[in-house]
Amino acid sequence: MILVILIAVLFVGGLLAWASERINPEYPRIISLLIVLLDIVLMFSLLGGDSSATWLVDLQTDWLPRFGISFHLAADGLTVLLLLLTGFLGVIAIGSAWGEITERTGFFYFNLLWTLAGVLGVFTALDLFLFFFFWEVMLIPMYFIIAIWGHENKNYAAMKFFIFTQVTGMLMLVSILMLAYSHYGQFGVFSFDYFDLLKVNTSGPLEMVIMLGFFIAFTTKLPSFPFHSWLPDAHSQAPTAGSVILAGVLLKTGAYGLIRFAVPLFPEASMQFAPIAMTLGAISILYCAKVAFAQTDIKRLIAYTSVSHMGFVLLGIYAWNEEALQGAVMTMLAHGLSAAALFMLAGGLQHRIHTRDMSNMSGFWAKVPKMSAVALFFSVAALGMPGLGNFIGEFLVLLGAFKANITITVISSFGLIFASVYSLWVIQKVFHGEYRNIDFDDSHLYDLNRRELIYFGLMMVGLIWMGMYPQSFLDLSQGALEGILASSQIVATAAVTK
Amino acid sequence: MTFADLLSLAPLLIVTATAVVAMLLVGILRNYAATAMVSIAGLFIATIAAAMMMEGTNQQITPLLIIDQYSLFFTVVVCAAAMFIAIFSYSYFLNLDDDREEFYLLLVVATIGAIVMVSSNHFVSTILGLETLSMALYGMVAYPLHSKESAKYPLEASVKYLVLSAVASGLILFGMALIYAQTGTMAFTNVTNLVAPSTEGLSDNYTIIALLLISAGMAFKLSLAPFHIWTPDVYEGAPLPATAFLATIGKTGMFVVLLRYVEISNALEFSSVVTVFSFIAILSILAGNLLALLQDNLKRILAYSSVAHMGYLLIAIIASYFAVGTISIEAVTFYLLAYVIMSLGAFGVASVASSSENELDSINDYQGLFWRNPWIAAVFTGMLLSLAGIPLTVGFIGKFYIFLAGVESSLFALLIVLVLGSGIGLYYYLRIVYRMLLPVDDAVSASNTSTHIFGSYVVLAILFLLLIVLGVYPAPIMAIIETISAFI
Repeated sequence: MILVILIAVLFVGGLLAWASERINPEYPRIISLLIVLLDIVLMFSLLGGDSSATWLVDLQTDWLPRFGISFHLAADGLTVLLLLLTGFLGVIAIGSAWGEITERTGFFYFNLLWTLAGVLGVFTALDLFLFFFFWEVMLIPMYFIIAIWGHENKNYAAMKFFIFTQVTGMLMLVSILMLAYSHYGQFGVFSFDYFDLLKVNTSGPLEMVIMLGFFIAFTTKLPSFPFHSWLPDAHSQAPTAGSVILAGVLLKTGAYGLIRFAVPLFPEASMQFAPIAMTLGAISILYCAKVAFAQTDIKRLIAYTSVSHMGFVLLGIYAWNEEALQGAVMTMLAHGLSAAALFMLAGGLQHRIHTRDMSNMSGFWAKVPKMSAVALFFSVAALGMPGLGNFIGEFLVLLGAFKANITITVISSFGLIFASVYSLWVIQKVFHGEYRNIDFDDSHLYDLNRRELIYFGLMMVGLIWMGMYPQSFLDLSQGALEGILASSQIVATAAVTK
Repeated sequence: MTFADLLSLAPLLIVTATAVVAMLLVGILRNYAATAMVSIAGLFIATIAAAMMMEGTNQQITPLLIIDQYSLFFTVVVCAAAMFIAIFSYSYFLNLDDDREEFYLLLVVATIGAIVMVSSNHFVSTILGLETLSMALYGMVAYPLHSKESAKYPLEASVKYLVLSAVASGLILFGMALIYAQTGTMAFTNVTNLVAPSTEGLSDNYTIIALLLISAGMAFKLSLAPFHIWTPDVYEGAPLPATAFLATIGKTGMFVVLLRYVEISNALEFSSVVTVFSFIAILSILAGNLLALLQDNLKRILAYSSVAHMGYLLIAIIASYFAVGTISIEAVTFYLLAYVIMSLGAFGVASVASSSENELDSINDYQGLFWRNPWIAAVFTGMLLSLAGIPLTVGFIGKFYIFLAGVESSLFALLIVLVLGSGIGLYYYLRIVYRMLLPVDDAVSASNTSTHIFGSYVVLAILFLLLIVLGVYPAPIMAIIETISAFI
């Protein structure tokens, strides 16, 4: 029941926030903040339960009995980690929108909370129809956020975002239905339930085709080369809060889908497909790092680095052993924080000087020392400095992937070097050197205020915690990942011996 | 014909009586509001009557009409939709500088035709229903003919519709004649394996030609590509309520006939018929969606999108031959219901914003609607997202059904086209949504002079509620549709 409450609180809170705008345009943001904080408190209550069981909570009721579709929500350690990330970044996103969004505030926070609700649904749904339902539901409010509060080219970006995710989502729907039909063929009843579908024994080309439907949908969201081209547009046009949610949370739903659904449901096909998927991951890492280096728009640059980092996640998932998976999860969490922080910095800059063009920026350290220091911290975190969360994640991914495929891993590890190059280049370009303000109005270029410092401080604490004591996170996800690994390995070994 | 038979015909008789009463009323006292009231009340009673009869009625009344749960279900849909359109047209025609009462007569007569069509399993009743519907529609399409203010071309639309409709009817009749020559009966029957090679009578090839003629005629009426050319012009030229009627009730009636005929005649046994149907479906989906991209006129966009939607429906019809259970018939039924709800909603929003003198049919007219009138904009957005098949709406469940039917029948080529088409479709639906999200344009909002009638808002609210409820918790309606689909 707690999971339903978690999601319902956000849906209702969104409506409340929208309605409260009529009383006072200040209210929506206050209400949203309280709602998300309430949600986080509720999430922590999940941790208090029986931690020995794989599934901390599990709720199932009939929804559409005609097709064996049930309303099935459940959470294990992995889910809880992602829920907490969502809640945390929800607060951060509200913080970043606090001063930036001044028009139609009610509708903005309504969309923000509904996006979060959709994401929570995606992370907890264990019925594939329900999962798909939430998968699509989180798109619409995100579309509105980009299309209404976005920047100069918002229509194009919002449309591209929506069409990419929707079309690939429909491929996934076809796959889900094919899987459900395979279940119908083998067991005589319709079911869309995760645990039922795990038992379905598909094989051969059919399994590969079904798996690809899932894979394409998830890697579009992740995103991975070659489905990544929507991301730079969406990020550069979205308002800061939109970027935070997009980079921090929405991308993680793709990775989550791969871990929870794409591989466990189709272990054989995934095994065959793993080299290709890992290659795609490696291409994402290297190619997008290179492309990032060529950007002058600071948000596009960060967007491409996101794709590059998500390549590590893809690599880790398809290495499919415990280290690599743990690494992928850590990368998801750490990248959630570091990318969100970088987008907030870029958004903060844009808010202050109304441009994202780096070629005009130089020597900001003298003008905004706090902001520059914060930017340095998060750039260093993103490039994988030991002691911070991203390092742990990428290190574990490479460690695990090395066992699975040495060549690809060695090539991918060059990504770490590229990351250092572009990160430090940005720092040098924007914050060092001589200050110039010929091309923009710097009358509003003030340093970080206290509110911003608090948010960045929180994220720094998170990253340092992940880097210094990652065990506290690894412990949570370990049980869940072991369960997923074990179930798929039985099938995989059975396939090999057969 | 016994009294019980008459009782089963109650919805049809009620609607017919409504037409008579309304006509007499116009003869005695020309009062716009009273005529509207009578028509709306009559359609309402017919809706309720049909809904109450659904439990346990299953009768063949004369060879012409079948009154079973399936036909009653669609009688409910048709009558309710006609009632909603009647309510929308009240405010729309309020300021027409011509006689306004007769529009309701035509509307009710057209409804009679539609009811006959959804209850027909005989060639004669099909043609009777079809012509009753079409004849009334010609009048409805050309209705604001004498209005000096009207900037549209209702006469052009009407003549275009009349000529092409007559051609289509001719094709259908010729096909029926060929079938009759084969089977010796006008009732819908199995047309496969009719003739052993040695017996007299025409060969299978004639049956195939007959089936294709009938399909082509029906495809005209359903505006399936490549028989869709008339659709955008007629949609654009006709007054909004007539367009709405044509788009929803006209197509529902025809589609139910198509479904019944295809199922009873086993037409899909012939692989060439399947090929032609698949070709029509693919062409409709692609042509409808691609051509809609180029339009700036709301009615033309909806016209082309209806071409695409009919293509989606045809996939389910094709699937019905390959699928084992009734799933594809359920898919057709649910999707038709969804289509009626969302099209009515979309046309309803447009007609609430418009009047007969000033139709807001350019998408520019909707700029900033979200901030001028958030409720209407929310309803419109819901309808458009539903047409695009986004979850939380009934359109998604409809598309889910079609996908399910397609997957069960392994029609993967068609499904890929469906995915492609839906992807293209997103663009033009979102374009309208985006237009509504733009800041208010003062010039546009000033030109909005429509009369606001409370009833229209209630109808929009009902449609929106249906859209969401059937999209989120469709289990009850799924159960009903599962039951009634067994009757086909």
